[in-house]
Amino acid sequence: MTVLALVERGPEGPDELSLQALAFARSLAPGEPLHALAPVRGGEGTELAATLGEHGVSTVHLAEHEAFAAHAPVALARAVVELVERLAPAAVVAAGSERGNEVLAHVGALLDLPLATNCLEAALGEPMRLTRLRWGGSLLEEASLHGSPKLLTVAPHAVPAEAAPAAGPAVERFTPSLTDADLVVRVVERVQAAAGGISLADAKVVVSAGRGAGSAEGFAVIEELAALLGGAVGCSRAVTMAGWRPHTDQVGQTGTKIAPDVYIACGISGATQHLAGCKGAKTLLAINTDPDAPILASADYAVIGDLHEVVPAISAEIRKARGR
Amino acid sequence: MNVLVCVKRVPMTGGTIVLTPDGQAIATQHLGFTISPHEECGVEEAVRIVERHGGESVVLTLGPPEAEEQLRDALALGIDRAIHLVTDGEEWDAQATAAAIAAAVEAERAAGIEYDLLLFGNESADAGGYQVGVRVAHRLGLPCATGLKSLAVEGGRIRCEQEAPGGRDVYDLPLPAVVTVKEGLNLPRYPSVPGRMRAQRKPVAASRPARPEPRLERLRLVVPGGQRKQAEILGHGPEAAPRVVEVLERIGVLT
Ligand SMILES: Cc1cc2nc3c(=O)[nH]c(=O)nc-3n(C[C@H](O)[C@H](O)[C@H](O)COP(=O)(O)OP(=O)(O)OC[C@H]3O[C@@H](n4cnc5c(N)ncnc54)[C@H](O)[C@@H]3O)c2cc1C
Ligand SMILES: Nc1ncnc2c1ncn2[C@@H]1O[C@H](COP(=O)(O)O)[C@@H](O)[C@H]1O
Repeated sequence: MTVLALVERGPEGPDELSLQALAFARSLAPGEPLHALAPVRGGEGTELAATLGEHGVSTVHLAEHEAFAAHAPVALARAVVELVERLAPAAVVAAGSERGNEVLAHVGALLDLPLATNCLEAALGEPMRLTRLRWGGSLLEEASLHGSPKLLTVAPHAVPAEAAPAAGPAVERFTPSLTDADLVVRVVERVQAAAGGISLADAKVVVSAGRGAGSAEGFAVIEELAALLGGAVGCSRAVTMAGWRPHTDQVGQTGTKIAPDVYIACGISGATQHLAGCKGAKTLLAINTDPDAPILASADYAVIGDLHEVVPAISAEIRKARGR
Repeated sequence: MNVLVCVKRVPMTGGTIVLTPDGQAIATQHLGFTISPHEECGVEEAVRIVERHGGESVVLTLGPPEAEEQLRDALALGIDRAIHLVTDGEEWDAQATAAAIAAAVEAERAAGIEYDLLLFGNESADAGGYQVGVRVAHRLGLPCATGLKSLAVEGGRIRCEQEAPGGRDVYDLPLPAVVTVKEGLNLPRYPSVPGRMRAQRKPVAASRPARPEPRLERLRLVVPGGQRKQAEILGHGPEAAPRVVEVLERIGVLT
């Protein structure tokens, strides 16, 4: 019984979520051979293959094509399908990243098989029993997955990436047979993000405000505190819908997922869709006029009060502490 | 340009999710209903494209009779007409949903209506399968780009921008095409009162496709545990500031 895992490349070697997917794939069929597929340009991928070997992969299949210099989801799905036909794996696993989900959706469509995205747990069998995320993780679903092979993606951070050294993996290179139609959907250009500023997704400190900020101007005190803490400014959807902040600042299910050391949420009620974006925060401090606001049930600390008074007082206190 | 946008009715859950006793669904007696913010942006984009390029905008949903509410909401924002694939309230899995949507598009084609662009949410609010749009594209033999935050239609092609680490990736597809979009694509308008009135008179074509056996079969829903906390109240009003700073110092973010 073999399992095939799809690996995406980050700037340096395999991407972290793909390594998590490999750990998940190993747990599906312990002790069985694990095959991995990575797209590369002709001749590339030797180092990548070695790293995958350290994560328990027994055979690395390098799909070579000039189209794989950039993302080409249909071409990659064709490569997966070719390997599925050759290896007849029990399951095909990818990271529950935007790209992992996208490529396996194409594979599911090409093979007319169901796909379970963002799984937390799964056990091979007919049908496969699994648990997956709904509502961006605010709700779980236990489900049966029919058909073969099983197609699934692994919810980010469901399992840690763990090294599992295998004897140097076999490396097999192949060129998938692709038609022009398979290459219509591919990245033709890259627009670099404007440099500078702390990205919300990576910030160690995030200070956010919701409808309680009252206006775009209400964010002045939030920006001040975020700057003092070297953090990023976030907001709720009520704020982006009102046009007070751009959507790039929105934290939540349909915004950015954050994982800071501390999240300071001011004037935000704590809707499940907002909380879906800040579950990764190590510490949550809520500032709210309402002692019964739902966000208090997810917060470690709270201040009951008007953010327009409390936030400037915190900024003043930080300046005072630094002056000492 | 004829544009189709697909939306799914979902409950508007607030601070907590409560399930029905059998664990099969969210208890919705006290809840309103909506569609995903991604799909709201899809509706807005469909209206804007037709405002600019002419043609017809159509909204489609597969859902219970009550989902007509979400169709009327879209009609109120300027969509021209609606297609309602009526279910008995059971959720359909992604494969079955895509097959039904593709069949509806084929039926439109047989009636002489060709779509240049089909808009989907990147993922539905509730199921979050990340796949219905991709599956519909394959069934119709169309190209598909996903997770888009910017679209520009010009000269029979569509330029699509997708957020990627460190920037944006650009796709350039020939029309007709399928695209899946994300919130942030645009800022949706609010419905006007005349818009709401007009929506009541716009056509909604209903049909009842048969539901195939699900191949991703839901057994039960579970509210994840272990997340309820008892927040430590640091104080009331500005007087709480010194204690807040103590906490920030303790967790090491005050350097
Ligand atoms: C499918 C779906 C996806 C969604 N995705 C997201 C998402 O990604 N991100 C997101 O945020 N939302 C999302 N939402 C919306 C979400 O359900 C809520 O509507 C939204 O988060 C509410 O924003 P809020 O907390 O700012 O506003 P409200 O719920 O109105 O809360 C305002 C809070 O501010 C407090 N307050 C008022 N004045 C003050 C003051 N002066 N000082 C201090 N406190 C004050 C009030 O007590 C209240 O708790 C989504 C909804 C759906 C259906
Ligand atoms: N029942 C449905 N009716 C109409 N469109 C749907 C339905 N389910 C999903 N879709 C569309 O497909 C997108 C992706 O859904 P999913 O694959 O479930 O994440 C959604 O954002 C909708 O645009």
